[in-house]
Amino acid sequence: MLQVFQLLVNGVMAGAILAVPAIGFNIVFAVLQISNFSIAALIAVGAYAGYTANVLLGLPPLLAILAAFLISGAAGVASDRLALRPLRGYGAIAVAIASLALNMVLENIVRFIFGNDVRSLDVPMMRDWIFEGIHVGPQAVFNFLVAIAAMVALFSLLSFTTVGRAMRAVADNPTLANIKGIDPEKMARLAVFLGMGMAGIAGVLLALDTAVDPTIGMRVVLSVFAAAVLGGLGSIPGAVVGGLLIGLAEQLSTLVVPVAYSSAIGFAAIILALLLFPRGILGDR
Amino acid sequence: MISYLVALLTFGAIYALLALGLNLMWGIAGMVNLGILGYYALGGYSSALLTMHLGIPVWLGVIAGALITALFGAATCIGLVKLRDDYLAIVTLGFAEVMRNIAENFVSLTNGTDGLAQIPRPRLGVTGSDFNVVYLVICVMVVLVVLAAMERLRAAPFGRVLRALRADPMVAASAGKNVLGFQVRTLAVGGFVLGLGGALYAHYLTYISPEVFQPQLMIYVFLALILGGRGNNYGAVLGTVLVLAIVEGTRFLADLVHGLDAVQIGALRAFVIGVAFIVVLQKRPHGLLPEPRRIYTDPAARS
Repeated sequence: MLQVFQLLVNGVMAGAILAVPAIGFNIVFAVLQISNFSIAALIAVGAYAGYTANVLLGLPPLLAILAAFLISGAAGVASDRLALRPLRGYGAIAVAIASLALNMVLENIVRFIFGNDVRSLDVPMMRDWIFEGIHVGPQAVFNFLVAIAAMVALFSLLSFTTVGRAMRAVADNPTLANIKGIDPEKMARLAVFLGMGMAGIAGVLLALDTAVDPTIGMRVVLSVFAAAVLGGLGSIPGAVVGGLLIGLAEQLSTLVVPVAYSSAIGFAAIILALLLFPRGILGDR
Repeated sequence: MISYLVALLTFGAIYALLALGLNLMWGIAGMVNLGILGYYALGGYSSALLTMHLGIPVWLGVIAGALITALFGAATCIGLVKLRDDYLAIVTLGFAEVMRNIAENFVSLTNGTDGLAQIPRPRLGVTGSDFNVVYLVICVMVVLVVLAAMERLRAAPFGRVLRALRADPMVAASAGKNVLGFQVRTLAVGGFVLGLGGALYAHYLTYISPEVFQPQLMIYVFLALILGGRGNNYGAVLGTVLVLAIVEGTRFLADLVHGLDAVQIGALRAFVIGVAFIVVLQKRPHGLLPEPRRIYTDPAARS
C-alpha cells in the first residue's frame, strides 16, 4: 500500500512537469491549429540554455529557468517564422511534417554546439525527505513548485489580462477576433513564444531531475504528446489533466509491467481512451 | 566503390518501397501516417524471427512478414479512423515509438537493443559481392512490380474512391462508399508494402535492431514523397533517388569542412538535410512530378 502511495506522489510530480510542455503544445495548437512537433528540440534548447546560465555563468536555478523560458520562446518564434509560417497555406499536416524536420534541425544545432556528452546542472545533492515512509526529494519538490508556478502564471495571463483575452479570442474564432481589431499574426507569435517558452522551462526541470543531453526532449516528447492528446488538442486545462493522468499511469504501471515499458503503457492507454473520447477528455475541436 | 554503389542502390530500392507504401496511405488516400517505421520494423522482425526459429525458407518468410504487417495495418486502422488528422498524426507517431519501446525491451523475442543477428540470407547460388548484385536486382524487380501494382490500383476505381476519401470522406460516404472498408484495405495493402521493405532489409543486412526506428529515416521517406510529388507513384520512386543523392552527398561535407569532430559532422549533415526538407516544402509543395489531375470536361461540350 505504501508503495502505491509512493507511486501516486511520484506520478503527480512527474505529471506536473509533463503538463508544462503539454500546455505549450496545446496553446500553439489552440491559436494556430497546427501541431508543432519541434517542441522536443525546444525542450533541449531550454535545457542547454539553463545549463549555460547555471553552470557556465553560475546563475541560480530560478534565473536559469527564466533564461530557458526566454531563449526557447525566442527560438520557437524565430524558427516558426522562418520554417513553418510560409507553409501554413498548405494545410496543418504539411506544417506538422515540416516541424518534424525542424525538430531535427534544431536538435542538431544544439548537438553541434554542445556535443553528445551528458552534463548535469550545478545543484547540491540533498537527502530525501521522508513523510510517513514516503520518500520525496527536495529537488523534486522544487521542480514541482516551479511547474505549478509556471502554469499559474500562464493561466493568469490568459484569464485576467487584455492580451490573454485577445489570444483566447483568436483561438476561438480568428475571423471574428480580426474584425474586433486583434491582429491574429501577433497573437500567433505570442502563443508560439509562450508555448515554446513553457517547453524551455520543462527542459530545465527535466535537466534538474536527471541530466542534459541533446535527446532530452525526444525522451519525454511521447508522454508530452500523450498528455496533450488525452486532454484534448488545444485545451489548456486538458493538458494539465492529461499530464497528471499520464504521469500517474506511467508510475502506477510499474506495479504490473517492467519500468522500461512505462512510456509505451502511457501511450497505449491514450489510444484506448481516444476510442472513447475521439477529441480528448476536455477537447472541443 | 562499386560495392558502395550496389549497397546504396539496394537501400534505395528498400526505401522506395517505404515511399510507395506511404504514398498509397497518405499520398492517395489522405491518411497521414507518421508510424511507417513501426510497420517497416514489424515486417523485418517477423520475417527474421520466422526464418530463424521455424526454419522456413527466406522468401516464404518475407511474404509472411509482409502479410503479418498487412494484417497489423488493417487492425491499426480500426482504432485510428475515428481520429481527425491532427490526432492521427500524433497517435501514429506514438505508435512507432511504442513499437520501438517493445523492440528494445522484449528481450526474449527481439534480443533488445543488441538486435537479431545472423538472420539467414536467401540462397541465390552466389556469394560475396555477386550475392549483393543479385540481391540488388531482386530488390529493383520488387520495386518495379510494386510500382506497377500501385499504378494499377491508383488508376482503378479503387484508387478513385481513395482520392475521393482524401478530398472528403463524408461525400464519399454519401455516395454509398464504405469508408471504413476502403481505409482498412488501404492500410492493409500499404502495410504489406512497408513490411515487404522491412523484410528485404532484414535479410539483406542479416541483422535488425531497434536502430531501424531512427527518426531521420521517417523524415527521409516523407521528404522523398514530397520532393517527388505526393500522390504520384513515379514521383515516390524519383523522390527516393533524389533524397538518397542528398543524404549521401552530405557525406562529402566532411571533406569540405575541417576541424570538426565526428559528432559535429553528423550534426551538420542532419542540419543540412532538415533544412533541405523545409526548403523543398516551401518552394515545391507539389513536388517535381505533381499528381496527375483529371480535368473534368463536360460531355455535352465535348463534341
